Amino acid sequence: MSETTDRPLLVRGATLPDGTRGDLLLAERLVRATGSGVDAGAPGDAEVLDADGLVALPGLVDLHTHLREPGREDAETVATGSRAAAAGGYTAVLAMANTSPVTDTAEAAERVLDLGRAAGLVDVQPVGAVTHGLEGQQLAELGLMARSRAAVRVFSDDGRCVADARVMRRALEYVKAFGGVVAQHAQDPTLAGPDACCHEGETSGRLGLPGWPGVAEETIVARDVMLARHTGSRVHVCHVSTAGTVEVLRWAKAQGLPVTAEVTPHHLLLTTDELAGYDPTYKVNPPLRPAEDVAALRAALADGTIDAVATDHAPHARHDKEHAFTDAAFGMVGLETALAVVSTVMVAGAEGGPFGWDDVARVMSANPARIAGLAGQGRPLAVGEPANVVLVDPSARVRVDRDATYSLSRNNPWHGRELVGRVRATVLRGRVTHAV
Amino acid sequence: MRRHLLSVDDLTTDDVAVLFATAAEMHDVQRRAVKKLPALRGRTVINLFFEDSTRTRSSFEIAGKWLSADTINITGKGSSASKGESLRDTVLTIAAMGVDALVVRHGASGAAQRISEWVDASVVNAGDGTHEHPTQALLDAYTLTRRLGDLADRHVVLVGDLTHSRVFRSNVRLLTRLGARVTVVAPPTLMPSGVEAWAKQDGFATSWDLDAALPHADAVMMLRVQRERMSGGFFPTAREYTVGYGLTRDRLALLGDEVPVLHPGPMNRGLEIAADAADAAQSMVLDQVSAGVAVRMSVLYHLLAGEEPA
Repeated sequence: MSETTDRPLLVRGATLPDGTRGDLLLAERLVRATGSGVDAGAPGDAEVLDADGLVALPGLVDLHTHLREPGREDAETVATGSRAAAAGGYTAVLAMANTSPVTDTAEAAERVLDLGRAAGLVDVQPVGAVTHGLEGQQLAELGLMARSRAAVRVFSDDGRCVADARVMRRALEYVKAFGGVVAQHAQDPTLAGPDACCHEGETSGRLGLPGWPGVAEETIVARDVMLARHTGSRVHVCHVSTAGTVEVLRWAKAQGLPVTAEVTPHHLLLTTDELAGYDPTYKVNPPLRPAEDVAALRAALADGTIDAVATDHAPHARHDKEHAFTDAAFGMVGLETALAVVSTVMVAGAEGGPFGWDDVARVMSANPARIAGLAGQGRPLAVGEPANVVLVDPSARVRVDRDATYSLSRNNPWHGRELVGRVRATVLRGRVTHAV
Repeated sequence: MRRHLLSVDDLTTDDVAVLFATAAEMHDVQRRAVKKLPALRGRTVINLFFEDSTRTRSSFEIAGKWLSADTINITGKGSSASKGESLRDTVLTIAAMGVDALVVRHGASGAAQRISEWVDASVVNAGDGTHEHPTQALLDAYTLTRRLGDLADRHVVLVGDLTHSRVFRSNVRLLTRLGARVTVVAPPTLMPSGVEAWAKQDGFATSWDLDAALPHADAVMMLRVQRERMSGGFFPTAREYTVGYGLTRDRLALLGDEVPVLHPGPMNRGLEIAADAADAAQSMVLDQVSAGVAVRMSVLYHLLAGEEPA
């Protein structure tokens, strides 16, 4: 597989994240020139992308993607998930370990890596399981995964919580040897068991759905923050969903503790009110929360308490959602809509959001790449940096259609909603991986 | 009336009045030697029960039969998910046989609503998880109305495991709609999440103190408490529950012998209701069962035969 494009690529007249207008010359996998007048010096055979009116951002990095391969290729494959990721503006995704079999060995991690390379549309970086079989008891082969060709640095039992404090402590200590980070799905199983599927509050009380109280997340995050302090190791908090967790994170960051956190697009916009019709499209873990939590999450993303936006893209075959709410699978797709949701919520907004495009680049590219330790991703659009670029039409209004997707799955909570912002092109190391 | 009965919220107060009037007529039919009416001849009603139930299923079955509908029971324990079939496939398979009404009992809240989105038949919710059981609330309100007359400003006290009770959820919605003053009583661990906000919005009262609520009651409805709840830490022992929240002989005396006592069954005698209370002259338990058939006949009739009087 060639990683270089045959021809140089000239991105003409883009608005850069800092708001200035300029050209980008991309060749041989790198950014070769930026600014005005690049146009004139470009090679004659350069392919031209007219980016007039478009915003250029560094390629997006998703810390939290479920690609379902191996095991559930009817819901998604590495190839289809990669295609969806490219369409969403991503140049790298971290593939969660809860496949079948679980990514808990070097061989399993290398297999996912190789499937990603074969697809060749985004860098697919495997996440390794923390514990064998995600069972929460015995450590997975963390070191062998780290030493493998996949060079795993992010470990997570996502889908399940590393609930045992002793296991979490040992995992944190162990991964220090190779600069690893444990990404925790914070859900105390004694407070929110496997049936818990609706934010515990008035809505769950009225609907008679098993409650998933915010405190089940907050107590685990508080514990893990103290374990990070005790071990000096890095904890990353997956899909933060409550204002209480934000408070804990704010305290941890004020102490300078090595704790990072992500929020999903859906927790930035959708609320528990969506559950009134018992539509399992809105069944997700952690659950959608009330508007007060949504507001706190937006504020935390704006002030840096939450470092990154991650999709938790969770494709499901149709028949796994065609059940009563409590019996249906958890999760929603998100790769293709994440940027538009962030744009709608944080940039455009009814009153104008708190974000500039440089902030979007920070939370969707630079920070996630740094957290995951991906050296060739999340870099600024500057000379000598990798040519990973996404072009966004910031004012395009798009009505989401769940059937207009590259994913194999249709469990799309944004179907029928209008979002502002559309990905027009994605470039991975100088090669166009998506264009419309 | 709407095409389905999924929630008490599907009914206007006019609908309820019509249902009760028809139920009264049906109730008279129950006392005849020959009980069959031809109203639903040629119609097919399937009782689709994914969860064990003897009384509700029999009640619907008799209701359908007395209206001359062809009534078939399909029972299957556990969710369709555990059998590898989607609920939609299960339901479409049954609906494809040619069904006019599906009476659905399912262990998951919202199941009847999901099913109603997939089929053309009328769907009657015969209990969905811990959400609603609208025909139970209708028969309870019907029973109370026959005993007390208009329920406006009458004070009804509901006691028991409210968190896990669909009977509570349907009853509180319907009784407040009919103008009754409702107080719901349970220990804090068996109160539904967010009930304070809900109570404020819908206009009912909550209490942890049964003895404070009882002296002002015009009717008392005891709800079943499952002994398994003790292992979930909802209350320490059966004995302690009974002392705090059971309708004991002493509390029955406190009530006086005019106040009707209801229980949707099955009763845990000695836990939430003493034998003396269950068997007291003021106990409406068997009246509720008999009213259940009449109310379900009325519901099936109005969903399937149209609005004309019988």
